[in-house]
Amino acid sequence: MRVPLSWLREYVDLPAGESGRDVQTKLIASGLEVETVEQLGAGIEGPLVVGQVLTIEELEGFKKPIRFCTVDVGQANGTGEPQEIVCGARNFAVGDKVVVVLPGATLPGDFKIAARKTYGKVSHGMICSGDELGMGDDGSHGIIVLPPEIEVGTDAIRLLELVDEVLDIAVTPDRGYCLSMRGVARETATAYGLPLRDPALLDVPPPNSYGYPVKVTDPIGCDRFTARTVVGLQPEARSPIWLQRRLQKAGMRPISLAVDVTNYVMLELGQPLHAYDRSLIQGTIGVRRAEPGEKITTLDGTKRVLDAEDLVITDDRGPIGLAGVMGGANTEIADHGADPETGEVRGTTDVVIEAAHFNALTIARTARRHKLSSEASKRFERGVDPEAASAAAQRTVDLLVLLAGGTAEAGVTEIVAPSGPHTITIPADHPDKVAGVAYGRETVVRRLQQVGCDVYGQDELMVTVPSWRPDLTDPNDLAEEVIRLEGYENLPSTLPTPPAGTGLTERQRLHRRAGRALAGAGYVEALNYPFIGEAVLDQLGIEADDPRRRTVKLVNPLSDEEPSLRTTLLPGLLSALRRNDGRGSHDLALFETGLVFRPTGDEKPAARLPVDRRPTDAEIAALNAALPEQPRRAAVVLAGAREQAGWWGKGRPATWADAVEAGRLVAREAGVDLIVRQDQHAPWHPGRCAALLAVVDGEEVLVGNAGELHPRVIKALGLPERTSAMEIDLDRLERAGAGVVPAPRISTFPVATQDVALIVDSAVPAADVESALRSGAGELLEDLRLFDVFTGEQVGEGKKSLAYALRFRAADRTLTADEASAARDAAVEAAVERTGASLRA
Amino acid sequence: MSAPNKSYDPVEVEALKPEEIERMTSEALAAFAAATDLDELAQAKTAHTGGTSPLALANREIGALPPHAKADAGKRVGQARGRVNQALKVRQEELEAERDARVLVEEAVDVTLPYDRVQAGARHPLTTLSERIEDVFVAMGYSVAEGPEVESEWLNFDALNIAPDHPARTMQDTFFVESAADGDEKQTGVVLRTHTSPVQIRSMLDREPPLYVICPGRVYRTDELDATHTPVFNQVELLAIDEGLTMADLKGTLDHMVRALFGEGMETRLRPNYFPFTEPSAEMDMVCYVCRGASVGNPDAPCRTCSSEGWIELGGCGMVNPRVLTACGVDPEKYSGFAFGFGIERMLMFRHNVEDMRDMVEGDVRFTRPFGMEI
Repeated sequence: MRVPLSWLREYVDLPAGESGRDVQTKLIASGLEVETVEQLGAGIEGPLVVGQVLTIEELEGFKKPIRFCTVDVGQANGTGEPQEIVCGARNFAVGDKVVVVLPGATLPGDFKIAARKTYGKVSHGMICSGDELGMGDDGSHGIIVLPPEIEVGTDAIRLLELVDEVLDIAVTPDRGYCLSMRGVARETATAYGLPLRDPALLDVPPPNSYGYPVKVTDPIGCDRFTARTVVGLQPEARSPIWLQRRLQKAGMRPISLAVDVTNYVMLELGQPLHAYDRSLIQGTIGVRRAEPGEKITTLDGTKRVLDAEDLVITDDRGPIGLAGVMGGANTEIADHGADPETGEVRGTTDVVIEAAHFNALTIARTARRHKLSSEASKRFERGVDPEAASAAAQRTVDLLVLLAGGTAEAGVTEIVAPSGPHTITIPADHPDKVAGVAYGRETVVRRLQQVGCDVYGQDELMVTVPSWRPDLTDPNDLAEEVIRLEGYENLPSTLPTPPAGTGLTERQRLHRRAGRALAGAGYVEALNYPFIGEAVLDQLGIEADDPRRRTVKLVNPLSDEEPSLRTTLLPGLLSALRRNDGRGSHDLALFETGLVFRPTGDEKPAARLPVDRRPTDAEIAALNAALPEQPRRAAVVLAGAREQAGWWGKGRPATWADAVEAGRLVAREAGVDLIVRQDQHAPWHPGRCAALLAVVDGEEVLVGNAGELHPRVIKALGLPERTSAMEIDLDRLERAGAGVVPAPRISTFPVATQDVALIVDSAVPAADVESALRSGAGELLEDLRLFDVFTGEQVGEGKKSLAYALRFRAADRTLTADEASAARDAAVEAAVERTGASLRA
Repeated sequence: MSAPNKSYDPVEVEALKPEEIERMTSEALAAFAAATDLDELAQAKTAHTGGTSPLALANREIGALPPHAKADAGKRVGQARGRVNQALKVRQEELEAERDARVLVEEAVDVTLPYDRVQAGARHPLTTLSERIEDVFVAMGYSVAEGPEVESEWLNFDALNIAPDHPARTMQDTFFVESAADGDEKQTGVVLRTHTSPVQIRSMLDREPPLYVICPGRVYRTDELDATHTPVFNQVELLAIDEGLTMADLKGTLDHMVRALFGEGMETRLRPNYFPFTEPSAEMDMVCYVCRGASVGNPDAPCRTCSSEGWIELGGCGMVNPRVLTACGVDPEKYSGFAFGFGIERMLMFRHNVEDMRDMVEGDVRFTRPFGMEI
């Protein structure tokens, strides 16, 4: 809502020097979001006067038509001689009254005017357009042609009210009444403690039976309908400058007198109005729900198919308006002008004014259904004061009579569905309890009265809310009114004492630890969007029947290419990797932790439960069953060098092994000793892919995969060669977590070390050899470590040599050489037995 | 002191003659003095103090002397060996000092050489900022609550007093989830959560008051990515439900938070606003932590962070609407509560002077690395 300060002053006697900024501060404090204060005509300086065009000479030979004019500006130029002005606009004629800016003046935007030579002539000033004067859009972009009765030499700055301040207010949905000057004026008056001149306090004749016939068959959708008729309008009458200017400042474009007046009254009182050309209405005006499939062409020229829920205004032929949203084209007010088909000049002379009150929900639904938000629907959706309808109709009638020479017919139609005022009972100290401030009953009552409520009672207050505040329905609504008028800024600051807490959950701690551990290992966190499409799943080589193909799809994705939610963290991470690579960072290690979305396939639509009670546990379970599984994962991607080359020596490229190690790293944070197995799983290289498993409740569970990506995937996604990746399920890891770690017993006896080299088939996993060695070595084994892997002629084709260092130690004695050797031999024997290993000579 | 034993002829044992001993001593001292480094000294040491050195050999001869001569010769040899060892020690120290001065200097390295063998990693500042905020409240006794990002409409809207046709429902442009089922039934009643408020609802459904929770997490709205918007962003919301909680408690909690995050002297300001899930509702601002209000009305020292307003808009807050409590089975007659929520991206932008939202979402390591492990 744009509120010109000059207009606001009509209803509230603000202090003379009060600026828009001052008013803004006051209104913000009382809860109106005044976003900006626009300074209209800032810096404008005359002479800027009304002139009359005396002569026009068309200048030839230029790219565009140029006029050399002489204009009578009276004594404004000091000489009384005609002013010579060059002008590029063409929408004026000899004799027209125009706005002339003379040399020495300044227009908005620090545009200084001086006599200057142009198109071979000297132009002593300018004939002005609305744009140049900062007046806003008048739809023409041409120069302003003023009504002929305005005298030459009149100061145009005052005439056109060019200097003003406009408050732009973002009205929240609960404050529909502030979509009017009347509402903003009421807030302003309260904020300043000044009286309000309520523009809705008008003398309105009582309804009678000879107004325009109206039949409301849906009193739920329309609980009030006022119709008034004005006849004998002069079709050529134009809106006066003051009215046009107020509309412009409020952000609306002047159109024709009748339309301008209805818009003006809507801005003033917040009541949307509609004017029908009476000669185009056939029979009784009706209000009813639309027949399904019924059609109407609205004023914006769109043909719309109606829904059975839409409320329509009808005449004998059918719908003539979409109630509360937009009128129909077939009863549109005609401006004076020639009919393009017949050439006949005509204009509307008789109008029927509709001031009705429609159900907010009905209008909201219709506006949304037809994607048609209008000034009217915006107001009805947020709640219009039903009691203002007859006053608004009266104000419209008065203005049409005054400005268009019309005559008000005596008939007044008013259909009102009975409804009682809304009353809320609250304890007098309720606002005190909500705020934590002792306002006292007197203050509470006074503030509620300022809002417009009627208040009765002592300890219990019976509060009847004003008709323009349909948003006030609950005790806390009243508390808010009191607290905001007393000033949120005056609330004290106290700190409640929650019961002692227990800190983060295990899941939350694991999430943090995993992130810290990965960052500590050199990975940089990237938070990627979870949107994916089929294309990336294709590029990752994921099979059609892979569960990662079953995605949560969005009805309204940002991009049709990416309509689904991720089922793996890799697409986002890999595109971040590619982006970094493209920007010149080539040695990359990235990680992400976040949810993936895995439909179970059994989701049923989520019910819309009632809100007047807690849902049952079964209802909550059903809501949850409508959701996909959303486990938390961690993933890494690597490319380039894991260790850089430098003065210390060579670098080391990132490999599959780093990816697997990242899995171990994360698992360790969960207290899980990861089991690593050879695997074949997209998008990984079939020979360089590890399955990561953990033991949950005694069973091995797959928790993730790691390795080098498949070369085809690398090519398809445009990734650096040998890009490696790991993805692991943090929630499963948490369940596999070992819990409390038992402390090891530390022996201080000497260690006995033994090295063994074993030759196995190259297909035998080192992990199997290691576990055989461990089990064979028995409890004297303190630790073992694979320190070399060797392949080559010496070990034979298809074989590899694995060299282990074994450390033996006893808890209670120094081991003899024989004891250590015996333990080693037992270890080797187990390896021979289980993995076909042979001791390397 | 006894006089020399005249009954013994020391000439018979040549090596024990005083002049011989003196010669051996002098030779040893000369050899030590002549040693120019520790290796030469080690050789001289072996030659003059080792098992086969003249003095050691002379010492062995003492045993062959008659008893009356032993003491005399032993004393002489002992004194000589003492002098030699002392001289060796002194020379040893001299040469070590020399070596330290020379060799360790030769071994000096340039310790300013960079060692960026493995580049440092980092956590995303949105993660660490969120954790920092969580920790402020965890320290007060709050617990951190989490919930699904794909959420039912009832939890995301209805339970929060955002009725199906409420204008507020159009304020948030929501991603709706499509039905997996074929056919016309596209309504799943499932959305990407538009705020973390459904986690508040879940907390109330799960637990009895008193309830003090902080709800961080990712939320979704259908904005296109640009310098100041992102369709996927992070929020922190807070919910406190207890007997007798007031707006003053809300204000105090906010004040505490901004002091914990931005330092002493910070405070918040509440301005009336409208949200369906709170009543009364407020917009919350904090004092601009850069200019602390000094830029207001001071064109000579403008503040980019707050546009010289002196305040920075943080987010929304208010007293939990009793209708929300009712929908969650919390007795509004007995309990009241307050809630607030704000976007982490915005806070990161003004706390760290981030100019473009896109930097936070693109995962460029050059942006994230400087933030390190904590923020």
